[in-house]
Amino acid sequence: MGEFIAFIILAVCLLGSALLVVTLRDIVHAVLCLILVFFSVAGIFILLNADFLAVVQILVYAGGVSIMVVFGVMTVQRTQIQRSNSANSRFLVAIPVVFGTFLVAAITAARNIWTPANVPVPENDIKHLAPILLDNYVIPFEAAAILLTVAMTGALLLVKEVKDSGNKS
Amino acid sequence: MFETIFVDAANWLRNLLISINLSPFVVEVFLHVVKMVVILVFVLLNVMWLVYMERKVSARFQCRVGPDRNGPYGLAQIFNDVAKLISKEMILPTHVNKKMYLLAPILIFAPPMAILAVTPMGEGMAAVDLNLGLYYFVAIAGINTVVVWMAGWSSNNKYSLVGGMRAVAQMVSYEIPLLLALVGVIVLTGTLNLNGIVDAQKSAWLIFTQPLAFFIYFIAAMAEANRAPFDLVEGESEIISGPYTEYSGMGFAFFFLAEYANLLVMAIMTTTLFLGGWLAPFGWTFIPSWLWFIIKVYFVIWVVMWMRWTFPRIRIDHLMNLAWKFLVPLAIANIFVTGLAKYFIGI
Repeated sequence: MGEFIAFIILAVCLLGSALLVVTLRDIVHAVLCLILVFFSVAGIFILLNADFLAVVQILVYAGGVSIMVVFGVMTVQRTQIQRSNSANSRFLVAIPVVFGTFLVAAITAARNIWTPANVPVPENDIKHLAPILLDNYVIPFEAAAILLTVAMTGALLLVKEVKDSGNKS
Repeated sequence: MFETIFVDAANWLRNLLISINLSPFVVEVFLHVVKMVVILVFVLLNVMWLVYMERKVSARFQCRVGPDRNGPYGLAQIFNDVAKLISKEMILPTHVNKKMYLLAPILIFAPPMAILAVTPMGEGMAAVDLNLGLYYFVAIAGINTVVVWMAGWSSNNKYSLVGGMRAVAQMVSYEIPLLLALVGVIVLTGTLNLNGIVDAQKSAWLIFTQPLAFFIYFIAAMAEANRAPFDLVEGESEIISGPYTEYSGMGFAFFFLAEYANLLVMAIMTTTLFLGGWLAPFGWTFIPSWLWFIIKVYFVIWVVMWMRWTFPRIRIDHLMNLAWKFLVPLAIANIFVTGLAKYFIGI
């Protein structure tokens, strides 16, 4: 019962703030609502006994991704911040796309046969995660790390100051 | 007797509640509420004391006397300060972003409170014994940045915005060496549970087995807590208190007090991770574990204050260079050496 109430509260919080992220006109308020979304997701992870994922959610999304968005906001021109979260009214395109995605997701979910694992969730899930991540799947894990490093280096290269070398002539 | 005084009190309360036929769920919820209230009171009392202590310590370092007029040793100064801050008007400037401006001082206390809920303050004295305690601490500490930025941005003031930008840049940069330094601790202790980390220090405190990690952690944590010499976020002489410029009355008081709450959290985490937490040194167990904990925490706080009144504020580019070119490589080297030592010697 308590779990159900907690889920309802979290779900309302999650969906409500997610809706605000897209409808609010002020992009700064939208970012704060986004952080609330991340926290609600972390709460749902905790309800599902996935403590590690919940903390990752807070660390990476609420603490990392949102800060990056904040960086973006601070470099935005502040002339018209009240209407900075630009909304458009292309409902004709948006509605079919949204419904199509929802339909595909619903059909896939309905056709899948969900068999809940009969094993209880381990108390200390990180002890079980570590061997999987750093032993069984170490190559995909490292490949992802290298990919991220390459992406970061590429981004640095793109924003590097262009030296004016054509002036010599 | 004194050793288990708080644990006994909690057990007594639990038995009392069970004896009046409350369901176990209600009893646990009630106990957690009580624990959170106790932590809140603990934070507020310590913060009030720290304001006084900072004045006295700074006075010592500058060959002054410090507050001595109100009450014995000027102790009543604490209450005068609080009364002044409460009774002052909180001015709401017209050009601010009202919702965020009012929300920021309320939220600023949330991260320190959330962290203190998992720290063991004595033997078996963690409000919540979390398996991922250390990881949780790192995650929650990162949220602080958002609140400071909220204050800086919503004030709609150039100095505040510069302060907010500095806060974000500084805290994001210093989170990396902080995290990397903690990896050495995790490798050696093999646990993320803060109680487990304290237990693992029974033979040797981690400050002796991980001196480099301690050094990096201490610097990074001071920067995270915005303490001088890393108080660029406020920088009174350049950006007049940065994000807090537009705040007055209780709004300012909250930020002011939250700064000391963050100092307290930083000292508590340093004690837990590197100074053996509540463990008694030299086997002096006649002093209860929670008192040892407080003594160590206040020693760390005193060292931090000593630094504040000794070093000048460093420049922003020096700050960034220190983090990225010095602390991060050192922290990575530390992880490497610790890993090798663990693999070959098997500590």
